[in-house]
Amino acid sequence: MSDYVLELKGITKIFPGVKALDNVHFQLKKGEIHALMGENGAGKSTFIKVITGVHKAEEGKMYLDGKEVDFKNPKEAQAAGIAAIYQHVTAYPHLSVTENIFMGHEKVQKGTGRILWNQMHAEANELLKQLSADFDATTEMGALSVAQQQMVEIAKALSMKARIIIMDEPTAALTQRESEELYKITEKLRDEGASIIFISHRFEDMYRLATKVTVFRDSQYIGSYDVDGITNEDLIVAMVGREITQLFPKPEIKLGEEILSVKNLSRTGYFKDVSFNVKRGEILGLTGLVGAGRTEVCETIFGIEQKSGGQVFLEGQEVTINGPLEAMNMGIGYLPEDRQKSGLILDWGIGRNITLPVLEQVSKYGWINDKKEKELGKTLAEKVDTKAVTVYDLASSLSGGNQQKVVVAKLLASDLKVIILDEPTKGVDVGAKAAIYEIMGELASQGYAIIMVSSEMPEILGMCDRIVVMCDGRVTGELMGHEASQERILEKAMAKSNNNQG
Amino acid sequence: MGKTKRVITTAQEFSWKKFFLQWEWLLVLLFIGINIMNANLSPYYMNSSGLLTATSSFLEKAFIALPMAYILVLGEIDISVASTVALSSVIMGVSYNNLGIPMEIAVLICLATGTLCGFINGFILTKFKELAPMIVTLGTMILFRGIATMILKDQASGNFPMWFSEIYWGSIGNIPYMLIAFIVLAVAFGVVLHKTTFGRRVFAIGSNGIASRYSGIQVDKIRLLIYTLTGTMSAVTALFLTSRMGSTRPNIAQGYEMDAIAMVVLGGISTSGGKGRFVGAIISIFIIGFLRYGLGLVNVSSQVMLIVIGTLLICAVMIPNLNLGRFFKKKTAKTA
Amino acid sequence: MEKKSFDIKKLTSSREMSLVLILIVLSLFIQLRNSSFLSITNINDLITNAVMLSILAVGMMFVLLIGGIDISIGSTIAFSGMAVALILRSNPGIPTILSFILGIIIGTLCGLLVGLIIAKGKVIPIIATLGLMNIFRGATYLIADNQWVAAYQLPEGLKAFATGKFLGINNMIIVAIVVYIIFAYFIKYTRTGRKIYAVGSNVDAAKVSGINIDRIKILVYSIMGGLSGLVSILWISKYASAQGDAATGIEMDVIAACVIGGVSLNGGKGTVLGVILGTVTLGILNNALPLINISPFWQDAIKGLVIIAAIIINTITQRTMDRNNLKRREI
Repeated sequence: MSDYVLELKGITKIFPGVKALDNVHFQLKKGEIHALMGENGAGKSTFIKVITGVHKAEEGKMYLDGKEVDFKNPKEAQAAGIAAIYQHVTAYPHLSVTENIFMGHEKVQKGTGRILWNQMHAEANELLKQLSADFDATTEMGALSVAQQQMVEIAKALSMKARIIIMDEPTAALTQRESEELYKITEKLRDEGASIIFISHRFEDMYRLATKVTVFRDSQYIGSYDVDGITNEDLIVAMVGREITQLFPKPEIKLGEEILSVKNLSRTGYFKDVSFNVKRGEILGLTGLVGAGRTEVCETIFGIEQKSGGQVFLEGQEVTINGPLEAMNMGIGYLPEDRQKSGLILDWGIGRNITLPVLEQVSKYGWINDKKEKELGKTLAEKVDTKAVTVYDLASSLSGGNQQKVVVAKLLASDLKVIILDEPTKGVDVGAKAAIYEIMGELASQGYAIIMVSSEMPEILGMCDRIVVMCDGRVTGELMGHEASQERILEKAMAKSNNNQG
Repeated sequence: MGKTKRVITTAQEFSWKKFFLQWEWLLVLLFIGINIMNANLSPYYMNSSGLLTATSSFLEKAFIALPMAYILVLGEIDISVASTVALSSVIMGVSYNNLGIPMEIAVLICLATGTLCGFINGFILTKFKELAPMIVTLGTMILFRGIATMILKDQASGNFPMWFSEIYWGSIGNIPYMLIAFIVLAVAFGVVLHKTTFGRRVFAIGSNGIASRYSGIQVDKIRLLIYTLTGTMSAVTALFLTSRMGSTRPNIAQGYEMDAIAMVVLGGISTSGGKGRFVGAIISIFIIGFLRYGLGLVNVSSQVMLIVIGTLLICAVMIPNLNLGRFFKKKTAKTA
Repeated sequence: MEKKSFDIKKLTSSREMSLVLILIVLSLFIQLRNSSFLSITNINDLITNAVMLSILAVGMMFVLLIGGIDISIGSTIAFSGMAVALILRSNPGIPTILSFILGIIIGTLCGLLVGLIIAKGKVIPIIATLGLMNIFRGATYLIADNQWVAAYQLPEGLKAFATGKFLGINNMIIVAIVVYIIFAYFIKYTRTGRKIYAVGSNVDAAKVSGINIDRIKILVYSIMGGLSGLVSILWISKYASAQGDAATGIEMDVIAACVIGGVSLNGGKGTVLGVILGTVTLGILNNALPLINISPFWQDAIKGLVIIAAIIINTITQRTMDRNNLKRREI
């Protein structure tokens, strides 16, 4: 018998044009909670999919209990006792909890193949009881909260008698209390002999649960460490690859007058009583854990969704914003979090992508001036230093970082006062990251007010003049850039109440 | 910024291979083939009057195909168009014959009715974005023809004034009014789709509706406008059709939605939205029209015609999907 | 259906229950206007008329469950009915049961073609079935050479089937009940049945759990075709003839019945019981309109209105539910 229940050696996974995993290693002991950390795009999710047989690695070997295995599809991995709880819950919303738990391995009568509902419901309820869940197995999945759905996913893993359970950012969308519940369940699973791979962004999760931590960066294996033996700083260096300060070219800018402010902004079910303001030349960080309601606040300001209460002021005047077009006409621009889904038309050239929001500028009486359009596309694409040959290069052919630059260029085309950047460096390589920070600095010095939504502590600390922290749909604190630290932000990001509102 | 700059060019490289591997060339070949076939079938085909007769035989439907192209570029579908034709026509007939409204006004009522039908589709679809266009227009398809049936029962309504039949039958010199109207409208629709900000936005919505919204495009306004316009154009078809037949019944224009959709789809406008060129749709309007006419020449029954058009529709969508499309790639909206 | 602990609140809030309430109110209203409505003859009439619709609605529910649509079924009925009638015309000795089997086979093949074009040809369902609707219809006229098969050309046994009784119940009703039981069992108690729901509820998740999506699609359209084939034989038995324009537009009624019965057009949601109730509601509308002096020419308009109203009400209900869920979230 090997020391490890699961071991992977030299795994390389190539997607068209990208090396998603480059010769990575991983070792998991029995009864261990092993944290897997790394920035967005470091290759963690791909790695999980290789283990669970969703993707097939081009190179490398995988051993289960010392024996080499090669899963051809997810079913084989499941049969071998590996279960994954994915980041985005892969549930069937219309079906009952029981069905979600047993999908693919229903209990059936021998011979007739009849599904034994009563047995399945009973067993599902038994599993839910073990997890101290407070809902019945006959409930429709879609009626449950995210935390409850996650519970169902765990119950599913248990029902398959999984020995290795992989959790991909399970706490991302959970509140503090729900996370605590999850920690307890995870520990219980470990105590019962399961081995757990826990992927997370949150240092909190790692310290609370894991004994070992493995770090990936830029698709590569960086190292494995004992959680007790590594400091926060060392871990950040391992994840980011350099001292964080050297990355951020934040210029000193004298702040101007207030441009945008929101007062008690609310949207039912997403956030409540959110107030903050941003000044000319200022970079305001809006941070908190994923699911804290930051994106929703920004989308509401931009008019994608409608507020249910509160006010928005632009240059001191109260404004009502009914849609993105109105927001843009007022001088508010928004860079959406998911650039492929909301930022770009992937099968269009970069030139047309850039001019899309400002077609008026290159047209007369609705007639597009081809030459003018190309020139504008070219100028802006060059301004953000996009790595492309012609303005016809398809957006889909660019790397993540260059795609992001194109989305930034779209904003530059409009005549804006306030720019909201939602996770601008998510899934972007290091070089492009630096370029984006540089552009941000330059924009701020030109007098734009910038709101940056980010979960990445280093860039929040490195780039922002002021930091607003949200938790569970409320503002839980406001810090000046120089007085902020990772610990102080995290403390506020996890605060349940807003007593200490700044 | 600053430092050394990369230079991005705006020059487009021209490739003969790309130029010839366009879906439209296949259409042109098909078009020529069908004309050769027709010319062999009838000695009276290959002259101006023969061609004009052939053209007049299907052109009224083509007016629906024009806005249908926009709807397909949006990635949506409208199968209520034929019912809109019937309803607009019936209301026009009843306005004139039963309500004593002058024909000039009745014509306007016809156009207004079609417009209203289209607006209803668009209104429901933009107010209830969760609903699929297929289902909503299926509902209105039954509703509109149902209302037509309710009004006229199994009767016909005719006896229109002389000048009304001129709408279809009349011509300037040799050229029918209808053909002139079609050419003007087709050019207008094509130019708007490919040369203006409006058309660009329609392509954007069809390619990625969410990103379009984030780019400040008023997606719902555009959708509403296009559905409404589709209604108006259906009413135009109703005018020509009623003028040709001299009377109207609730069951006219059966199956026109399939012809219109087939014309557009064969033209290389993808049902998944955001792709295609208007010129393809125009060529395929004539392909399908001449094909029908030619089959008519050899007395192929209308039943076989159903089979032919149905097969053409399915093949037009399926063939590019089957990866034969590598050879005749549907050209994407010219990407700049 | 499965036995559950009796839960009044759950029951009254369900789609099925509200439909039953609507049915009762509707029936009482019509009965007050015309007392012949609830007579035995009329009810028998109503049910035999609804039988074919409800069999088709079960198949259509499967199609809608996976987010598809099939508007070719009217033509499939005409085609397989005509094909079988032509066979019977030249071979009058064929027993009734064999006619049914033939009808089901031909219908299934039509459905298989639909499924293949949608799953393998990647043609969107509305286009594929719009095309096939016309192809099958054209083919019907073609094989019959534009003629129809009249009553005297059909075997007595088959014609007698529609009016015949078994244990005092009309044969057609028996066929329908058998179909309900088989498919209610299939969708609830077999793995394949559950896979249909899974595909409709979340295609991506279904892929991850190793379900062959194409196979499910083909299966569902084949079932739809098979049931259309079955109905085609009931049709020629009931009307004692096979005609080229048979069952034109029936797909609209079927889809309407499903929508009224609470089947979600975005997939994943729907029950056999709901579909049956939806059919009965539609059947009552069709049957009762003449009884309360509404012109039959109004039927289509009312039907169209009912479909649109039903989908809009479904949407509003869903929105209200979502909004209430949001409100419950503490912030």
